[in-house]
Amino acid sequence: MDTDRISAPGTCLVVDDSRTVRRAARRMLEAQGFIVAEAEDGAQALEACRADLPDLVLLDWNMPVMDGPSFLRAARAEFGPDRPVVMLCTTEAALERILEALEAGAQEYVMKPFDETILRDKLAQVGLLPQSPA
Amino acid sequence: MTPQGFDVVARLVKARSGLVLTPDKLYMLETRLAPMLRQQGIASLDALALRLGRGAPEERLAAAVTEALTTNETSFFRDGTPFEHLRKVLPKLTMARPPGAAVRIWSAACSTGQEAYSVAMLAAELAPQLGGRRVEILGTDIAEEILARAREGAFTQFEVQRGLPVQMLVKYFRQDPAGGGRWRIAEPLRAMARFQSFNLLGDPRALGTFDVIFCRNVLIYFDPPTKAQVLAAVASRLAPDGYLYLGGAETVLGLTDRLVPVPGQRGVHELPRPAALTA
Ligand SMILES: C[S@@+](CC[C@H](N)C(=O)[O-])C[C@H]1O[C@@H](n2cnc3c(N)ncnc32)[C@H](O)[C@@H]1O
Repeated sequence: MDTDRISAPGTCLVVDDSRTVRRAARRMLEAQGFIVAEAEDGAQALEACRADLPDLVLLDWNMPVMDGPSFLRAARAEFGPDRPVVMLCTTEAALERILEALEAGAQEYVMKPFDETILRDKLAQVGLLPQSPA
Repeated sequence: MTPQGFDVVARLVKARSGLVLTPDKLYMLETRLAPMLRQQGIASLDALALRLGRGAPEERLAAAVTEALTTNETSFFRDGTPFEHLRKVLPKLTMARPPGAAVRIWSAACSTGQEAYSVAMLAAELAPQLGGRRVEILGTDIAEEILARAREGAFTQFEVQRGLPVQMLVKYFRQDPAGGGRWRIAEPLRAMARFQSFNLLGDPRALGTFDVIFCRNVLIYFDPPTKAQVLAAVASRLAPDGYLYLGGAETVLGLTDRLVPVPGQRGVHELPRPAALTA
């Protein structure tokens, strides 16, 4: 595990077509020390990644223009399997959907609704935050 | 609530469970007991205290009050480190047992079962290294409603997102066909664990001995004499080469010399070696 990342968790791109969700996610991530950028759909997210590859992408499923899984496949093809870490963050909560995302190369999966505790747990899961003794 | 009323409830709960309620917990008492008061048609906390203060309070009422005042907060793989330690030692511990013997793991104060099922998942992952030996997990708690949930092995969407990597969720859980967005632990893992009522203030000898004991995040609610008593009782159930895990804020220091911390491993304890040899 990269210890530098723990003192400064890194950069995160929040991809969601809802401004409310983006704002909530930004607030939670910034509270954990992340530097946050936003995108409204998969196509914008891909552009943002080309300009500056983040450590983490928090990715909604259903979005106009390009949906989450399409972005994920494109990003894996272009940037490889490990970076950025991709965490789905969606109301899609069926097992098949989760499996589909994992097969496409996602590292984690957050089912909405979520809160700060879940997000922190999941970030620890992927090694972007230290395991917090709860 | 009058200070006298609070005192009656606090004394009852302490005697039954060891849980210490200090006066600053009045607010918690109110919120936790309100549903029960409504349900049982008891007018107020003072009315409740009056009923509990009688010579021999009704057993069911006293148990329900105690149960309502337990804190059942838990999560899968809570704190991480004990489970990482167990992952390392379980194969060796298991192989030291005769073939055909089961490895016994006790989740004392198991709450809704996340700790027990985390151990079950770990055992499933390690199965190839366990030489076909069975892992038997016993979860115990004082709270009956909580135990019923543990037995069921079904967790809310919120609960399965706490501490559980998604890869383990898809591997070891299935969506409840009954709906409600719940996730059910896979049957073979559920079958590894058994849950029964046990009060940590009681005599644990009937439970047998254990190779690994989790007694986490429950001592924090007890006073030092109760902590010492529970630690001694739990230590008496530990195999000579076994391990005891305590919570992040819990220690044996100054409470018992029947257990010693394993150096450099937070929360991990074992029997003192010389005692272990003569045990
Ligand atoms: C905070 S939970 C801890 C759950 C789990 N061990 C963990 O660390 O996540 C504490 C549990 O201890 C139980 N408890 C409290 N007093 C007890 C007693 N005297 N005997 C057995 N269980 C008790 C409560 O019912 C509650 O479920």
